[in-house]
Amino acid sequence: MREKAIYILGLLGTLLIVGNLYHIFLGMPGEAMQGQIGKMIFVHVPAAIAGFTFYGVAVIGSIGFLLTKDFKYDSLAVSSVEVAQVFALINLVTGSMWGHIIWGIWWTWDLRLTSQFMCFMLYLGYLLMRPAVAEATQRATMSAILAIFAAADIPLVIMAIRLHNVRTQHPAPVLETGGLAPSWWPPFLIAIVAFWLIGTALVLVRLRQETVRREIDSIRRELHAI
Amino acid sequence: MSAIAADRVWKYFGDFPALRGATLEAPKGACLALLGRNGAGKTTLLRILANLSRPSKGEVRVFGESATDEKVRARIGYLGHGIGVYDDLSAFENLVLFGQLMNVRDTKAAANAALERVGLTRVRDGFAREFSRGMRQRLAIARAFIHNPEIVLLDEPFTSLDDRAIAVLHGLLRDALTQGATIVMSTHQIREAMELATQVALLERGKIVHSGPRTDEMLADPGWLYRTYEQERQQ
Amino acid sequence: MKQGLAAAWLIARKDLRTEFRTRDTINASVSFALVVLMLFSFAFDLGREEFYDISGGLLWLVYTFAGALIVNRSFVREVPNDCIDILIASPMPAWALFLGKVVAGFTLLMIVELVSLPVFGLFNNIIWLPTFWPQLGVMLLASWGIAVTGVAFSAITVNVRLRELMLPVLHYPLLVPLLIGAMQISTVLLKGQATDIFQELRIVIVFDLIFTSLALYLIEFILVS
Repeated sequence: MREKAIYILGLLGTLLIVGNLYHIFLGMPGEAMQGQIGKMIFVHVPAAIAGFTFYGVAVIGSIGFLLTKDFKYDSLAVSSVEVAQVFALINLVTGSMWGHIIWGIWWTWDLRLTSQFMCFMLYLGYLLMRPAVAEATQRATMSAILAIFAAADIPLVIMAIRLHNVRTQHPAPVLETGGLAPSWWPPFLIAIVAFWLIGTALVLVRLRQETVRREIDSIRRELHAI
Repeated sequence: MSAIAADRVWKYFGDFPALRGATLEAPKGACLALLGRNGAGKTTLLRILANLSRPSKGEVRVFGESATDEKVRARIGYLGHGIGVYDDLSAFENLVLFGQLMNVRDTKAAANAALERVGLTRVRDGFAREFSRGMRQRLAIARAFIHNPEIVLLDEPFTSLDDRAIAVLHGLLRDALTQGATIVMSTHQIREAMELATQVALLERGKIVHSGPRTDEMLADPGWLYRTYEQERQQ
Repeated sequence: MKQGLAAAWLIARKDLRTEFRTRDTINASVSFALVVLMLFSFAFDLGREEFYDISGGLLWLVYTFAGALIVNRSFVREVPNDCIDILIASPMPAWALFLGKVVAGFTLLMIVELVSLPVFGLFNNIIWLPTFWPQLGVMLLASWGIAVTGVAFSAITVNVRLRELMLPVLHYPLLVPLLIGAMQISTVLLKGQATDIFQELRIVIVFDLIFTSLALYLIEFILVS
């Protein structure tokens, strides 16, 4: 049953992306100022939105674990973080590429890129810490707290970077496009939905892996106790 | 009303159940010896009774109240595998600190009395890290008893104690029992346990498979309980 | 509540007493701060006036690196002899244990900072005395944030392998908003500018409030499993 769900979601997501890309590149004219490159926005921003969605799911899973001690929440959290990191990376890389092509710079500490980068760093710490704890309950508790701390930090990061940029008179967000043309909204929204679908499929795959791993761990522990 | 009771306690580490519905009861004034092989779950159960760990399922009641209640915790003394004293504080400072944490009145007098009881008055200002092993053990015992606990939980207390420390602990446990305290101790040293025990419980793979008074049979032949259950298991 | 605060004070005093007996951590931290200060002096070849532009930033880098050394080891003190077990089993609430350790860590951190500030001024010819009191205010506020988050991480990672390697990966990114605020305020103070630093101050205070409350609330989950 779950396998079917995974396949359907994955397939649907992939079809949407392929169809969308086809439409974007062959069916639409270039953007006024940036030409074809402006179409990066169909990957760059949806990736950020998908990323933050899955970080949010991870926080919900973390709170769920702390309240119920049920490991399915912990599995949900780690799976969501991993998927979110992938989307964050896509966002960062496309942002960097986009910036280089248009403005000639590989990186800038503007508000959006910086907050995405900080988020990536914080949850990278989350992923790095997990293997270092052997026992499952301790690992899950620690991860849950880290995820919550990281999430609490992000609004503060945004406040701080915004202030910092104002003080140091940093250039405005490099990738500010100032509103989307009406004909651009449908492919944009479709891209977001497609990422959500694929992300969910990936989370489900990862969830199953976590469940199996926990079973193996407990069987191994039981064997050793005899 | 029992002094301390575990009711169908389950404890999971990950998906592995270290305790599977363990039910245990120690009436007031009893000395319960908790026996079991390594890995049976004795330490896990004791830690749950001492409030160091929460059960995944089931509950622990102390004098009828929930075990997590603050007032209840002040009436429990715990002696685990580690000695539970600070190396960089003197014996006296350690006892004063733990006495204050356990709500003892007039902690300085209590600390001095405890030091005298375990025979460490001479080294009261010595740092715990300078003590010999036997002295550290006696300091640990002093720490566990400083607040005159009504319930004493001990995890394999006689293991690796030197003769003097064994004598001190024996004496303290007897005195505590005379004053109406309840003792739960897990042990491998079956002989010493059987001498003090009034109740015996056997923990096997997370379940209490036997619980009852200590019989003369057990006193005469401490290994009797293990063998009986070994035979039963093989049948 | 009052008993909890009394217990917290007991723990803070205990931590400080044991630390001053051995002085392991504080020596390491102060030495580290001095070495880093020295290296910074070599790293930058700026004119005296230009140096003021980076002064706040450098100062807080030193404070953060040296300070993390102290607070990240806070719960490690309780591991030998299983003292942590006795503390958890005692009537003392988990938040009191945490608060006591944060106060102790914060005190040690302030000591390191107050020693480092004059040395910083000396090595780089920075005049810090006229603005000392507001500077102290920033130091107090921001160091509390470092202490609270550091001690929380120390509790979380007490059983973790490779703790020393991992902690910077977690702690420093989390501190970024706090440090941005503190660095800016310190720079403005040292430069003697009349700029309004209210917004930065607000970030520091909000950081402190959010993480102090989060940590106090979550510490129960961390310590009792």
